[in-house]
Amino acid sequence: MSIEMTNLKYQRDLWLKGEASAKELVEDAFRRIDVTDGKVNAYLHLCQDEAMEQAEKIDAKRSRGEKTGALAGVPLAIKDNICTDGVLTTCASKMLKDFVPPYDATVVRQVREADGIIIGKTNMDEFAMGSSTENSAFKTTGNPWDLQRVPGGSSGGSAAAVAAETVSLALGSDTGGSIRQPAAFCGVVGLKPTYGLVSRYGLVAFASSLDQIGPLTRNVEDSGLALDALVGYDALDATSLRADQKGSYTVGMEESLKGLKVALPVEYQQEGLNPEINETLIKTAAELKSLGATVESVSLPYSAAGLSAYYLISSAEASSNLARFDGVRYGHRPESFETLEELMVNSRSEAFGQEVKRRIMLGTYALSSGYYDAYYQRAQKLRKMIRQQFEDIFRQYDIVLGPVSPILPFVQGEKIDDPLAMYLGDVYTVDVNLAELPAISLPCGFSKEGLPVGMQLIGRHFGEQTLLRAAYQLEKSLNLDLRNTIGKEASK
Amino acid sequence: MNWETIIGLEVHVELDTKTKIFCNCPTTFGSPPNRNTCPVCLGLPGTLPVLNEAVVEMAVKAGLALNCEIQRTNKMDRKNYFYPDLPKAYQISQYDLPICTGGYVEIASGEEVKRVRVHRIHIEEDAGKLLHDEEDPVSFIDYNRVGVPLIEIVSEADMRSPEEAVAYLKAVRSILQYAGVSDCRMEQGSLRCDGNISVRPYGQDHFNAKVELKNINSFKELQKALEKEEKRQLELYSFNEGEKVVQETRRWDAAKGRTISMRTKEDAHDYRYFPEPDLKPVYIEEELINKMERQLPELPDEKSRRFLKTYGLTPKEVEILVGEMALSQFYEEVVESGADPKASANWILGDFLRSMKEMELTAEEQPLKAEDLAKLIELIEKGTISGTAGREVFDEMMETGKPPEKIIQEKGLKQISGQDELQAIIEKVIAENPASVEDFKSGKKQAIGFLMGQVMKASKGQANPQVAKSMLEETLID
Repeated sequence: MSIEMTNLKYQRDLWLKGEASAKELVEDAFRRIDVTDGKVNAYLHLCQDEAMEQAEKIDAKRSRGEKTGALAGVPLAIKDNICTDGVLTTCASKMLKDFVPPYDATVVRQVREADGIIIGKTNMDEFAMGSSTENSAFKTTGNPWDLQRVPGGSSGGSAAAVAAETVSLALGSDTGGSIRQPAAFCGVVGLKPTYGLVSRYGLVAFASSLDQIGPLTRNVEDSGLALDALVGYDALDATSLRADQKGSYTVGMEESLKGLKVALPVEYQQEGLNPEINETLIKTAAELKSLGATVESVSLPYSAAGLSAYYLISSAEASSNLARFDGVRYGHRPESFETLEELMVNSRSEAFGQEVKRRIMLGTYALSSGYYDAYYQRAQKLRKMIRQQFEDIFRQYDIVLGPVSPILPFVQGEKIDDPLAMYLGDVYTVDVNLAELPAISLPCGFSKEGLPVGMQLIGRHFGEQTLLRAAYQLEKSLNLDLRNTIGKEASK
Repeated sequence: MNWETIIGLEVHVELDTKTKIFCNCPTTFGSPPNRNTCPVCLGLPGTLPVLNEAVVEMAVKAGLALNCEIQRTNKMDRKNYFYPDLPKAYQISQYDLPICTGGYVEIASGEEVKRVRVHRIHIEEDAGKLLHDEEDPVSFIDYNRVGVPLIEIVSEADMRSPEEAVAYLKAVRSILQYAGVSDCRMEQGSLRCDGNISVRPYGQDHFNAKVELKNINSFKELQKALEKEEKRQLELYSFNEGEKVVQETRRWDAAKGRTISMRTKEDAHDYRYFPEPDLKPVYIEEELINKMERQLPELPDEKSRRFLKTYGLTPKEVEILVGEMALSQFYEEVVESGADPKASANWILGDFLRSMKEMELTAEEQPLKAEDLAKLIELIEKGTISGTAGREVFDEMMETGKPPEKIIQEKGLKQISGQDELQAIIEKVIAENPASVEDFKSGKKQAIGFLMGQVMKASKGQANPQVAKSMLEETLID
């Protein structure tokens, strides 16, 4: 049976009304994967047996009249750096190609408790380092809007899985834009929550002070529904925070944007921004005004420095976080070695990809004695200034509007040998992580070639509700047709 | 030229918390390898540390007991290095903001009391243990110890001899035992010590190159290792080879009785310390400090003063009793059970310590109950048994843990002090030895010795000698 693929809420309501069983929803998801994933390559591993088993359990729950969770019956995908008990979690790295965690990440436990059904793990840049998913050790994912192009990264598999209509929800992680940028490239909605709102326990760390898990969905309402399932204080994560949010994040979405104060930083429209993206930005600002919001130009003078601070801090933390992959306890081990040092060096040399090695070296250098003050310490000072700058803006404004990426989805292989050009693509997203703010990326238009263009809204700490309301109103008012050929093919 | 030795110690102490510093695994010593582990302490990908608050409390307590200032704002840092006993390849420690600073410990230096300053105390996690196969080129890792909470106590370079260093380490151990933050068992590794040592001519105001000594596992080895290293450095300087004394880490080889170079300054690690992003800063409230202060029991110095005053013991006796918390507690229990303080000290410092040493028992393991020892002392004093019989009973008590009365009964060691019973024996001895009686009466007083011997023999050694002797004398004179 083919179920019309619209969105998470639709699927959940089908199940709630008894119009589809979880088993049918899961079967349909695998059918969609069969049709599309040979071309898209969004998934690294599928868990068909476990998913079917889970679906039957949830259906049985309903037939017994038991209470079910908020994601009941919904098939979903998980980025492969989020630990799943008994299911491969590779971080798209040769290092962890056989790693099966004996525990669930807190978010995985949460979606299971909400009766969501995990159908597979998605492709990504190795250890979440990259912006195109080309740094995966296993496969290259295509952008469902144009298979020759990259889906963005590092959560490219999750974004492509949603854009190809195989699932209505995929979890990603965002350290410097890794949810928002692939969402923008693939024409879906990606939310990076406030640092600490969603537990990081079980997310294989890239940069601990910046990493945050969030949902990729087909629309803003689903993003709010997914967030409902993911938030909550977690005693297993010392950086987890208690939000004083009551009720669903979808509450209040229908409220008008009248009086909403939107800031548009001039620095976001300077050299390097693709003119077509700039056009969409201007149109989006106009759309927000037509909805009753005020949009004013502001200045974020430190935003240009954010990129340097980001690459120093994230690489420094990564160099330490990835040191545990030494071939001693788990992970890749070389065929032969004579000494302990050889075991460690060969494991790491053989199993880490180019980009991961580059970041480890950069981070190790930044933390080295004699360089710490000049690099890591200064980057931390900049981070404070960037944070302060946003705090000042948010005293007068409710939302900051900006582009997600300065460039459109590019052709595979085009930038992979130019790391600097790739890093520059993160210029609009990294500040949000440095300042620990929430931000949502949503499709706001198309390029002349028909590629999706995403914009991001940045909110105050714990300002997800305002963010979701603004995004929801904007989405409704723009009313874009966000279905691509691959997705339509899957829904046939 | 006269030379001066400069010593500073780095002491690692395992805190006596029930669970590890960043997870809920037990800290029990001696479990089968890797039993006390979980994904968090094994550093599996995606897991995160959560600080055990009891660790902060105990570190504060230790700091207060060592007269330190407590830092209100604390953060943890990562110390990065690759080694298989460290599953995350970094140790979570404290770098530039240690929890305690600027304390001191008082030690005896000759007749004087000397203050050794404590530079800092910081919190960190312990690493695992590597076990190497003797024959195969294979190593095994036991991660039970990984994540056990430690404090590292760094002294100033205030000690001037190996004896002072040993006295300092003993004082630190005893203070921390009293404070209840650690059992400080060197043999189980819950107290470990590295020594920094250099020598310089008297009057020179800067320090010469210092050597760090590792792998010291007992007080005796600390003394020996420092003496050996002191001698090595002095010899090099006196043969004009002072340039060979370099800043380095040397390993103490107890079997060979010498130190061996491990690494010099040039190949020292760059630990790339940076603030631990997985943990938030810890703010210590005044309230917590006050609470810990109130929880601190009587510490060794205070107890020594009280023992001297209350029990009339000598300073040497007090030093030994108070030096080991369990021993001082046992002593007080014996006294509180009614035994004479001086006699109790004699027994504990004499037979009790000797016997524990022979049986290789610690004060915690020994089977003797305080009230039983008190009873034994009382029985001897009352003359129920003789001193010699008392020793026999004591040995049996140490062996079996049985109460003294039971042993006396089983062995028939009770002294005959009863007048009637003794009189009968005396009469019998007098009747059977008329010649000796005659000798005594004619003035040969030494004859009483022979007669006493006969009394003891007739009573099978159970006659109370004092009582028997005076009764014998009275009978003969009558």
